[in-house]
Amino acid sequence: MLADKDRIFTNLYGDESADIDAAMKRGDWQGTKDFIAKGQDWIIEQIKESGLRGRGGAGFPTGLKWSFMPKESDGRPSYLVVNADEGEPGTCKDRDMMRHDPHKLIEGCLIAGFAMRAVAAYIYIRGEFFREAEALEKAIEEARAKGFLGKNACGSGYDFDVFVHRGAGAYICGEETALIESLEGKKGQPRLKPPFPANVGVWGCPTTVNNVESIAVVPTILRRGASWFAGLGRPNNTGTKVFCISGHVNNPCNVEEEMGIPLKELIEKHAGGVRGGWDNLLAVIPGGSSVPVLPKEICDTVLMDFDSLRDVQSGLGTAAIIVMDKSTDIVKAIARLSEFYKHESCGQCTPCREGTGWMWRVMERLVEGRADKSEIDTLLDVTKQIEGHTICALGDAAAWPIQGLMRHFRDEVEARIDAYQAKAAE
Amino acid sequence: MPTLTIDGNEITVDAGTTVLQACEKLGIEVPRFCYHERLSIAGNCRMCLVDMERSPKPIASCAMPAGDGMVIHTNTERVKKAREGVMEFLLINHPLDCPICDQGGECELQDQSVAFGAGNARFDENKRAVEDKNMGPLIATTMTRCIHCMRCVRFSDEIGGVDDMGALGRGENAEVVTYLDGLLDTELSGNVIDLCPVGALTSKPYAFTARSWELSSTPSIDVMDAVGSNINIDTRDGYVMRVLPRIHDDVNEEWISDKTRFAYDGLKKRRLDRPYVRKGDKLEPASWNDAFAAIKTGVAGAKGAEVAGVVGDLADMESMFALKGLLGSLGSDRIEARQDDAALDASVRSGYIMNTGIAGIEDADLILLVGTNPRTEAPLVNARIRKTVRKGGLKVLNIGPSVDLTYDVEDFGDDASLLKSAKGGRHAISKLLKAAEKPMIIVGQAALRGENGSAVLKMARDVADKYCIKEGWNGFGVLHTAASRVGALDLGLTTEGGVKSILADAEAGKLKAAFLLGADEFDTAALKDVFTVYVGTHGDEGVKNADVILPAAAYSEKAGTYINTEGRVQKAAKAANAPGDAREDWTILRALSDIIGETLPFNSASDLQAKLVEAVPHVATVDTLPTEEWGDFGVEGELGKDGFVLSTTNFYQTNPIARASSIMSECIDARQEA
Repeated sequence: MLADKDRIFTNLYGDESADIDAAMKRGDWQGTKDFIAKGQDWIIEQIKESGLRGRGGAGFPTGLKWSFMPKESDGRPSYLVVNADEGEPGTCKDRDMMRHDPHKLIEGCLIAGFAMRAVAAYIYIRGEFFREAEALEKAIEEARAKGFLGKNACGSGYDFDVFVHRGAGAYICGEETALIESLEGKKGQPRLKPPFPANVGVWGCPTTVNNVESIAVVPTILRRGASWFAGLGRPNNTGTKVFCISGHVNNPCNVEEEMGIPLKELIEKHAGGVRGGWDNLLAVIPGGSSVPVLPKEICDTVLMDFDSLRDVQSGLGTAAIIVMDKSTDIVKAIARLSEFYKHESCGQCTPCREGTGWMWRVMERLVEGRADKSEIDTLLDVTKQIEGHTICALGDAAAWPIQGLMRHFRDEVEARIDAYQAKAAE
Repeated sequence: MPTLTIDGNEITVDAGTTVLQACEKLGIEVPRFCYHERLSIAGNCRMCLVDMERSPKPIASCAMPAGDGMVIHTNTERVKKAREGVMEFLLINHPLDCPICDQGGECELQDQSVAFGAGNARFDENKRAVEDKNMGPLIATTMTRCIHCMRCVRFSDEIGGVDDMGALGRGENAEVVTYLDGLLDTELSGNVIDLCPVGALTSKPYAFTARSWELSSTPSIDVMDAVGSNINIDTRDGYVMRVLPRIHDDVNEEWISDKTRFAYDGLKKRRLDRPYVRKGDKLEPASWNDAFAAIKTGVAGAKGAEVAGVVGDLADMESMFALKGLLGSLGSDRIEARQDDAALDASVRSGYIMNTGIAGIEDADLILLVGTNPRTEAPLVNARIRKTVRKGGLKVLNIGPSVDLTYDVEDFGDDASLLKSAKGGRHAISKLLKAAEKPMIIVGQAALRGENGSAVLKMARDVADKYCIKEGWNGFGVLHTAASRVGALDLGLTTEGGVKSILADAEAGKLKAAFLLGADEFDTAALKDVFTVYVGTHGDEGVKNADVILPAAAYSEKAGTYINTEGRVQKAAKAANAPGDAREDWTILRALSDIIGETLPFNSASDLQAKLVEAVPHVATVDTLPTEEWGDFGVEGELGKDGFVLSTTNFYQTNPIARASSIMSECIDARQEA
């Protein structure tokens, strides 16, 4: 269990004020100028050494991502874009960070922006996060007033500013290139890659898009040292992580824990356990709605980190843990997710546009059992036809929950078909 | 220059080539819907997925730049599955109403589903239905068939230069729309019909009139403007059913204007299909012999300048040459082609063509427009300018009325004297011209029509001489609006004083006979008392005061030579039959010459061709951009401060065929309503 002294987000619950003075008392904005003085390469090296992997879902090494940014400008400015379009169902970590601890993010923007030679950071925040956008704007104003942002930020000699841009609530705008399109004022539809944003990003300029949490942990990593962060968690899955535990638990919460903590321990220690006891557990979606569901047998032992969850054919995703006890209609739960992805598909590319609706309609029938058993394989085949064939990962995200359901709960689906057919025969 | 391996074949391609293009170079077919070589890459249909070694997922070959050392496979089981998968997705919500779809037989979805589909259906749900959209009188929509390739949206945005079209909604509810449910307001709108890979956008005028396999296609040349767009005329039973573009990268690329595409219904309406002779106030049907006899009587005694000819905008070289011969045998060389009084000078060829060629626009870094609206006068020239502006590096300046050309234009005002300032050296225009490496001047007909026309031409020539003539670059260009004009100037069909002087002589009683060869663009009232022979296709302005009417073949009904605004010689072929008694113009004039003058010295089309080449040798050099000697032309004079008056004729009604077309009228109505 993570010791209190190792916590990064010390005001995650809003127990203290979010304003800059309180934040500075908690350690924010301390020594920022010195980090900048050590230069871009040092910062990127520290982040690489810390082993920090992107907290938005894909887990791409953050330091490596930054190193893709051009070292010398060809005349175009570089930008840091912070993805605060937290829309993955089950996920609510960035929201609390921005509401209660915004200075961690703002300071992170400056350091990360400096490291990638960006002239400014744009925080693209989900439209529904109205109060959080206000909190960010207030924090930015406070930082500007103290000279931490703007010309000669923190007295470092580096000019940098941070801007908040509010989205309109489309899930797809959380995809980095769709976010860039939306930020440019266009319809949020993912772009083709290559070119990657580090080469051609927002307004055609080199851009790195990072999750809120990836940026917000940066100042603390530098303050406490890369080895401290790397010493937490497991190899290749280092550091702390904010988990969002929701669903059938006694005490749903956001909690910062070490990477690699056993799922069971996480739920029992922090979320007050599964409603009705651990044995009442049916399944857990461990990383936000897009990752495959895990049955209790796996939940008993699985560790919460990128590699462990990948090994059980699921994923850490955004570390949003959706707990479902035995009262859950698991088929209906997954069907609801299928409806979500059908609704949020941008409609740009064929497999996702046409496939998500097809899958949802079959899922709706499977909820009742109004289907033929052979349709299960057809449905799985359709998920395979979508997976990996689309411009962005929304197609994959729509396919995986169904694949997870069929992998672990096919019996339940078949039983339902049997029951429906038996009833129809009466 | 990356070298990659595709299906075991090594190929080296230019940097920037996509994997799909590299496959095509090797002759490997990669199915696609959204990809179109003249539009930006969307990569959204996912039909072109291929395997790339070291990539966990198949890649969209249309969007992936070829890289050195890439190993591509287009025939693996995974690629086959991926294509079948995408095909299945495209078809689940497609109505499969091929039997009642106009695209049937030339549908990319049909063809590719046969070639790359799995051949079975597993989708048991209800299909999506989409409401049809209103896109004006030209484009019929059946949006349920739409496969969301967005080619039409990209075309209207990128090439048409209008933001009328886009996709609304998300996911399976995404619909391609004209935002305001109105027409697609570009002169090039019909091209989206060709681009649509399915039957979502089809031709409204052509709807349900023919099946593609019933048509025979004749390669020909368009005469609706002076671009000389390459077209295919599709006919059935000798009637024109539709007109489609034919690819010519240097002229029209792959596009044609709406007038070119849709004015064909005018070929069937208001046609002259038999000779007429005026008896008193009335024109009465007559036989060819009677008509010829009437002409013989009518022109008897008329000689020299008492006989005049005017050729129309749609005339082919052969007809004009024959008319020149006929009038020559009556001792007259008074034939005028400049119906609009443009002060074009036939003495120096580089002074009346677009020397850079249309494709040469892409090399230019500055264009000075003088008294022209290329968007309506030559939509494809405008599309070429827009294309180059979009690519970057081309700036467009304008002297003349300010019009929306779909790209940024720096307007300097509508004042002829600006040309003098442009030459001077201190004015902003001359500074820009001087700084440019390959500057162009495009002089429109409006600039040459006024009293100061010759002076404007001379000054434009002098500006070009100072800034636009360089080693390997002649940036002077005249943008014509009449398909016949350059050919007519090559034949020397200009007269002192032009049409105005002919009409003045007519009013003064000094003119005895007039021959109008499809000339309908000027007021013929003055010819009321002159014996007038009209040879042409339509009952338009020219017949109003004619004494004898001889019915002729329209452009689709005869083989002919046309020279476009670049000076490019192009040959049109006969696609359809002329109605009734109508004959090809040259045969009429040849027959007439027997009766009223000296017999013209050609008995067949090939004879005529040989004589024509003798008279104008470059007619033998087909489809080549000419390189003409630079020279002096125009007449020095007072420019004045007046502006240029752009033609007020509506884009859709610039010639007798278009004026007879009800589809063209509908286009005008639709715009008035909008």
